Amino acid sequence: MPLPLHSTDRRTLLRHGLMLGAAGMLPAHAQPRREPPPPASQPSASASASASPAPAPAAVATVRTRPIPGSAEPLPLVGLGSWITFNVGNDPAARAQCADVMQAFFSAGGKLIDCSPMYGSSQEVIGHGLRSRGTLARVFSADKVWVSPAARGPAQIDTSASRWGVPRFDLLQVHNLLSWEDHLVTLFAMKAAGRLRYVGISTSEGRRHAELEQIMRSQPLDFVQLTYSLRDRRVEERILPLAQERGIAVIANRPFEQGDLLRTLARHPLPAWAAELQCGSWAQFALKFVISHPAVTCAIPATTRVDHVRENLAAATGRLPDAAARARMAAHTDKLL
Amino acid sequence: MSEWWSYRLGSFLLFSQRTYGSLVASYNAELWPLQTVLVTLGLAALVVAGRSRSPLHARWVWLLLGGAWCWVAWAFHFSRFSTINWAAPTLAWVFALQGLALLWAGAVRPGLVFQPRSPARSALGVGVVVVALLAWPLVGLGLGRPWAQAESFGSFPDPTAIATLGFLTLAPRAPAWLMAIPLAAGALGLAMAWALQAAAA
Repeated sequence: MPLPLHSTDRRTLLRHGLMLGAAGMLPAHAQPRREPPPPASQPSASASASASPAPAPAAVATVRTRPIPGSAEPLPLVGLGSWITFNVGNDPAARAQCADVMQAFFSAGGKLIDCSPMYGSSQEVIGHGLRSRGTLARVFSADKVWVSPAARGPAQIDTSASRWGVPRFDLLQVHNLLSWEDHLVTLFAMKAAGRLRYVGISTSEGRRHAELEQIMRSQPLDFVQLTYSLRDRRVEERILPLAQERGIAVIANRPFEQGDLLRTLARHPLPAWAAELQCGSWAQFALKFVISHPAVTCAIPATTRVDHVRENLAAATGRLPDAAARARMAAHTDKLL
Repeated sequence: MSEWWSYRLGSFLLFSQRTYGSLVASYNAELWPLQTVLVTLGLAALVVAGRSRSPLHARWVWLLLGGAWCWVAWAFHFSRFSTINWAAPTLAWVFALQGLALLWAGAVRPGLVFQPRSPARSALGVGVVVVALLAWPLVGLGLGRPWAQAESFGSFPDPTAIATLGFLTLAPRAPAWLMAIPLAAGALGLAMAWALQAAAA
């Protein structure tokens, strides 16, 4: 299934045409991200935050899903993170921009949004976005409990739900394994009582993997969230196979390493064979690598831009690399990084 | 916090430079023109600290500084920074504590005067205060940020902390413990600024 075609950007044509002396030629190089299509009108800078987002491409391919092992519920392969990007405080323009991103995310086929009480005002900004755009019914709400002692967990969870505006969360994760033993007791009890659908734990940047593995072996978890990217593939050796063995869904955070991976890759041309994988940019190349691992249920890149969120969801459409292609992708980028 | 060695400064950032800059600009717009009043008062305090031997005049300087710390605690940390930083209420209490300490040690108790002192101490103290009052607001401009995001004495933590260190240097009898919070605040502010700049690069 082909990727949705994005309209040729006149600015891109002019720039590359001047470089190559051949109008209409688009070299596949040095684009961490695709150029956004030209807007129908040019809003002023002051109005841009409140203007409606640029219309989505006309042909929107279906976003691939993967079943949550415990329930077979299909989950789109790309979700939306909110670390830093949605912590914008009370700034009305910034909140509107985040709401635009969320609206575009849902329109493009996304469902899971991930957050945590640790992320500052992100929970409230998500709640604002869900209410203001009427998308509460479309979200798969994934949040975390992050407090010690664990006795304070239920109150924090209630506060989080209030900020989101949800009656209950779809998924709650113990953030960075803080007081995990007692928090898991709370979360499993909530699940048994029907006040929570899924239980998980989270880590990031490769920390505490030994302990994570131990918890995955001993606890009936539904989800585990961890860092997995084209550059950081540590989890491939033990954690991802263990998740498959135990029937635990995997959420991959930091697929772009907060943009650092893409900035590094942008110094190099996208390989010509990336087109065979329907990758139009390094972002899609990096994201397809992550979501093509059979153990990964959902990756959660974060962004403040509507065009980027659409590009991210587009990576979950069309062709996904098989094992041989994944090996080729990893080998190629290892030489670059 | 296990595996502490794996954390970078950026790991502790909760917000982007864009978000912080927007908050600073909004705060400045709400305060204007109070910033100019506070910097002017700071310059007047520097003249007093540099020339006057009067304990009464010294008390006015410590009253200004203590009041500035309390103002920053409430107006910046508690009321605004807390919207993007869950640690800001704690910072507000720390800043309020320093403000009260300066008021007690300098404005309430007698004796925290600015004379006599060595020429080297004078030069250092005056230099630090001048940097805090006049140069610090220009740092953002040098980094390509708009004037609306300038941080000035009496309104923002970093220049207030740095100016206080300068005034404490000018007071030979100032107890060393009065410098602890300004030093920590200054270091924290510089670390945050560095991490934000690195993340934005």
